[in-house]
Amino acid sequence: MTTTLDQESRSRRRSAPDRRHDTGVGLPWLLWIPAALAFALIVFPVLGLLIKADWARMPELLLSDAALDALRLSLLTAAISTALCIVLGGPLAVVLARGRLRGLRMLRSVVLLPLVLPPVVGGLALLFLLGRTGLVGRGLDLAFGITVPFTTAAVVLAQTFVAMPFLVVSLEGALRTAGRRYEAVAATLGASPALAFRRITVPLVLPGLASGAVLAFARCLGEFGATIAFAGSLQGTTRTLPLLVYLERETDVDAAVALSLLLVVVAVVVIAVGRPRTVEGLR
Amino acid sequence: MKVRVLTVVTAVLCLALAGCGGGSDGAGASGNRTLNVFAAASLTDVFTTFEKQFETENPGVDVKLNFGSSSDLAQQIVNGAPADVFAAASDATMKSVTDAGLAAGTPTVFATNVLQIATAPGNPKGIASFADLARPDLKVVVCAPQVPCGAASDKVEKATGVTLTPVSEEPDVKSTLGKVSTGNADAGLVYPTDVLAAGNRVQGVSFPEADRAPTNYPIAVVKGAPQAEPAQRFQDLVTGEFGRKTLQAAGFGTP
Amino acid sequence: MSPGGPGTPGTGSGLDAAISLQRPGFGLDVELAAAPGEVLAVLGPNGAGKSTLLGVLAGLLRPDAGHVRVGDTVITDTAAGVHVPAHRRGVGLLAQQALLFPHLTAVGNVAFGPRAAGVPRREAERRARELLAEVDVAALADRRPAQMSGGQQQRVALARALAPGPGLLLLDEPLAALDVDATPAMRSLLRRMIRDAKQTAVLVTHSALDALVLADRVVVLTGGRVVEHGPTREVLTRPRSPFTARIAGLDLVPGTACAEGLRTDDGTVVSGRSDSATAPGDRAVAVFPPSAVAVYAEPPHGSPRNLLPVRLAAIEPRGDVVRLRAGAVDGGPDWVEGLAADVTPAAVADLGAEPGSALWFVVKATEVGIHAAGS
Repeated sequence: MTTTLDQESRSRRRSAPDRRHDTGVGLPWLLWIPAALAFALIVFPVLGLLIKADWARMPELLLSDAALDALRLSLLTAAISTALCIVLGGPLAVVLARGRLRGLRMLRSVVLLPLVLPPVVGGLALLFLLGRTGLVGRGLDLAFGITVPFTTAAVVLAQTFVAMPFLVVSLEGALRTAGRRYEAVAATLGASPALAFRRITVPLVLPGLASGAVLAFARCLGEFGATIAFAGSLQGTTRTLPLLVYLERETDVDAAVALSLLLVVVAVVVIAVGRPRTVEGLR
Repeated sequence: MKVRVLTVVTAVLCLALAGCGGGSDGAGASGNRTLNVFAAASLTDVFTTFEKQFETENPGVDVKLNFGSSSDLAQQIVNGAPADVFAAASDATMKSVTDAGLAAGTPTVFATNVLQIATAPGNPKGIASFADLARPDLKVVVCAPQVPCGAASDKVEKATGVTLTPVSEEPDVKSTLGKVSTGNADAGLVYPTDVLAAGNRVQGVSFPEADRAPTNYPIAVVKGAPQAEPAQRFQDLVTGEFGRKTLQAAGFGTP
Repeated sequence: MSPGGPGTPGTGSGLDAAISLQRPGFGLDVELAAAPGEVLAVLGPNGAGKSTLLGVLAGLLRPDAGHVRVGDTVITDTAAGVHVPAHRRGVGLLAQQALLFPHLTAVGNVAFGPRAAGVPRREAERRARELLAEVDVAALADRRPAQMSGGQQQRVALARALAPGPGLLLLDEPLAALDVDATPAMRSLLRRMIRDAKQTAVLVTHSALDALVLADRVVVLTGGRVVEHGPTREVLTRPRSPFTARIAGLDLVPGTACAEGLRTDDGTVVSGRSDSATAPGDRAVAVFPPSAVAVYAEPPHGSPRNLLPVRLAAIEPRGDVVRLRAGAVDGGPDWVEGLAADVTPAAVADLGAEPGSALWFVVKATEVGIHAAGS
């Protein structure tokens, strides 16, 4: 019995893709041209940066106080913002995917707004809400003496604002793909909704959550417009790498290029670390 | 059906390419000549006035204005953008163009600007001097030292010995002004021209130490300009009597 | 918790249900009962309400009216406002798809139910391994679902469904998605683990064979109502609805019982043998196996037989025989539509039959059973 079972499952495993022999159905060759153009459009400008870079000055440019402060601030704020996206956006994705309320469809399109809005406008909107004269900001100032703009918290808010849709959309997609069938099975096995959510739903959508978090983190790292409009720009407090790049290019293009490359390296590392888990998932 | 879609796509592409590449055409459809003027963003209002005046005086010449950060514009010119005239907001940015050998002749300074303190309307915090900006109860914004208005702020600080602790160093003067006009900062170091342009949303407070750090606005005809002759006439308009009056009315100083 | 306790497949509880649920264009109105340890098969065409019925029993759907009792526990009672949620019903489910949790091993899947009931991990996993051995996949205990075949997954899913010791197990076409090769083994496993082990179960199926092998009793559902019920063998050999007849592979003609056999609504008499319960004048059905039907191109002469004019509607190869499916001839009776005749391929060639051909179906009276059909 054991032997036949083993043979059965081995033959099944053999059907997994075998790159040497499996030719698949092939691609229409016409697809290669736009595909190559798309790739070139992304890669060549970055190559341009590499060529333009002043490698001799690179250590000096990257180890300056301003650069190190910006890198530290960028990593810190992007990490906090991503965590906020998960803590707040995760439940939002669950509500959007599973909720049965009317008007959820409308709500979903609202969640996508930060993707459409120019980030600067997003920053202004945050300023009108949480700025010292804003709707909520005025109250915060009067009641607690808290002013949000010009603080690191403002950077985190701006990043969370722009990155939230990436997490919500990718997690909601994973939840929809997973469907409710596994949850129903778990219920017939005696698992309460909370237990089924924790032990079944969450592990099932973990790959989707991970890829959403990677996207959100990357978006946070690159965030510029909302930050400059809402948080301002001060070394060590609110001046993230993109803001420093923008400023440096006014006087020292080499420094701007060096810092941009640093941003590219950080992004590549993040994707390289986050990616395998997202692709392989847990299956 | 397919053919029609293809035709439309081709037509759109042609239009797009024509639109992008056609900017430097000397002769437009009506036989007009186009003069491309690159100018610092802080010159937007006055140069729009110059455009109208020049087009009235020179029928057949169409002035196209391109505003932006001086350093961006300088970069574009160095990289071959089709500019006939360049008006910069600092000597340093003009220098990057002259260093590249792209200025015809020596640039002429046609306007100066000195810093002014922008406060909320009515100056509720009672800011009267540059030294007041060091008060710990004030949220002050300045330009970052990398941009001209920030370099000027630095210079004034050094000259007066007053050290500011700004809550933000903004990448340009409009951004600095915005933080004041939205009420999020109590004061900002900007130019009187910006305060004037902002109308009643901010109030200007002048201070004598500002004269220690004047900002120059140089103008030059770009070497090899497609429209060299009208370009020179445009520069003459800016540096001439009409130019001086217009600039002074907008709050600029003139040499 | 059922008397057997977690992980002990044994006598389940009895089921007693009366359910009414109305949706636009569809209504379900059924009463069901199963004695403790009994397997009840629910047969019915698509859209008959089988899935809705299972949904109500599992607690995933709320009926408009009615009650469901498993053993002594009322899990649904609309009059009393009782609706026990799915996870507290003790009603298990084995569906067409195994739906094993992809992130858990076979042991993890089977231990899930007992763990949810609070059984300590070690104990739950020990029971899970035992159950996996009982369904003959002990060797796969530590594999993830992706490393198993469909048949193996379904075995693990069965062990998982049994692990919490459900009072009632719902089987939703558990063999329908399996490879043909894997079906017989899984069918006999189900027989051993469910019917022989006296696990109370409701089995939804399309297959007469599954019902014969696995179920003690059958109900036939059509249009949301029970149209037939009774011991499996009885229902399947004496089908009274066209659906039951078709899945049982039998030909069926509705009409009224008469002295010779059965008179159809258009006056045709079908000769046959009435069972003792059928009296002349009763609504009845004439039932005969397709293998008892002879097919001719010209009306034959001779002893009294049932002679039915048909137009050949379809030719369906079925292993050694060919099934000829009848359609009505112009002006002829329309109840012949769907009647089947099993003949040899050689006979089809001799007849020169092709769809559209006019043929005669001939059945000996001794092959035709007349059963009372209720209303």
